Amino acid sequence: MPSNMELRRISATPSPATGVRTAPTVAKMIDTTTCIGCKACEVACQEWNDLFNADIALEAPSEFGSYQTMPDLTANFWNLIRFNEHVEKRPDGSEKFHWLMAKDQCMHCEDPGCLKACPAPGAIVQYTNGVVDFQQEHCIGCEYCVTGCPFDIPRLSKKTKKVYKCTLCTDRLAYGLEPACIKACPTGCLQFGTKEHLVQIANARVEQLKHNGYEKAAIYDPPGVGGTGVIYVLGLGDQPELYGLPNDPHVPWTVSVWKHALKPIGSLLMIGALLGTIIHYVRYGRNEAPGMRKVDREEV
Amino acid sequence: MAVSRREFLKISTAGGVGIVAFGFDLAPAYAVVRELKIERTTETRSICPYCAVSCGVIIHTLGDKSKNVTGTTVVHVEGDPDHPVNRGTLCPKGITLKHDIVNNTRLTKPMYRASGSDHWEEKSWDWMIDTIAQRMKKTRDDTFIEKNAAGQTVNQCPGMAIVGGCTDNNEVNYLLVKWLRSLGVLYTDNQARL
Repeated sequence: MPSNMELRRISATPSPATGVRTAPTVAKMIDTTTCIGCKACEVACQEWNDLFNADIALEAPSEFGSYQTMPDLTANFWNLIRFNEHVEKRPDGSEKFHWLMAKDQCMHCEDPGCLKACPAPGAIVQYTNGVVDFQQEHCIGCEYCVTGCPFDIPRLSKKTKKVYKCTLCTDRLAYGLEPACIKACPTGCLQFGTKEHLVQIANARVEQLKHNGYEKAAIYDPPGVGGTGVIYVLGLGDQPELYGLPNDPHVPWTVSVWKHALKPIGSLLMIGALLGTIIHYVRYGRNEAPGMRKVDREEV
Repeated sequence: MAVSRREFLKISTAGGVGIVAFGFDLAPAYAVVRELKIERTTETRSICPYCAVSCGVIIHTLGDKSKNVTGTTVVHVEGDPDHPVNRGTLCPKGITLKHDIVNNTRLTKPMYRASGSDHWEEKSWDWMIDTIAQRMKKTRDDTFIEKNAAGQTVNQCPGMAIVGGCTDNNEVNYLLVKWLRSLGVLYTDNQARL
């Protein structure tokens, strides 16, 4: 495995991950103000990941009142441009219709809720470059990651009973290439680089937008999940929910309680029960029901 | 120390169970990154044939072009980062070029529909080129204007027009214009203008 793909975190594994080499944390930047909704990134994703198949045509209704390709993400459609419709109320009383384009895909959280919630060892990993990836060979299809994800991204495949999502093109990153969606984007609203540089670029763009009349422009890099590997520049940065993004995403408290409190208690109880059984057997022997006849080999 | 057969079997079994139970992990490696599917494919640089923008593309074909690689197929098409027009980007239609090439309905032979006919016929390239040449000669002979009404030499051929395509490069377009001017053709256009 290339050194930029060493592991930083592994799901449901008590021992630390094996990655010791450092790798730059990579990120995607999505400037929602320059997205024209051409969907080149969607097609690039489908093409690179070889996800073109008849299932998609079956899953997508032909009409659902939107220019969006699909109503929602699916197990074989990992990158969806959401055509969020918004009517701006202007101070003079007039109204103006806007599309608030948002690229919906895995956010590659620094503190991934899916990985925390996953009970299958090695089914969800985080590489040293920050990318969160699912290993379907180890996936047990329990969908706890769907519960753990604050952005509602992972999808269970009905066919394979495994969960799938955007991999940030790990196969391309491992060989030093950028993700397929980033390469395709004709307007340059998608950009790829190190997190450090992209945050600078995004902040510069926010300043430019504020200067151009978007007073509410802001960068979306939610601290509730430790920052994300996908950062947005939002024209209406004070209302990320208009773009379908949670205002202040956190790993659900149920996952934390379960993993940090209930799971150790459960493990202790199980070990206790086992020990108790052994001690009881040694001290008192097996339980014999009244009237039970001992059967010896000789008698048979 | 002498070990009987029975004792040997007991020790082996206990040892085996112990190894399996305490730390001999048969599970595969934790994370496997998918291999780069275009790592050793043959790269062919080309131009997207769809619109007038003429984006550069790289077509990835299975195999290294060696003698016995015959029934190969295109596995991926993506933007050419060295092409000055698109610098690696592509539109949603251009990205699907693989399906333009690997497609049952793709036209691979010259087809001819005669004037007034209701169906297409398959013809050879030789027949096509000969027929086109004959008709061009006939059209030029029929419509050629050597001198205009004022008696000036013009050498015009107004019976024909030529349209270039977006995949024609500078050199092709240069030759095309040279050739059509030598025929006297005045009406020219190119899809790249549209």
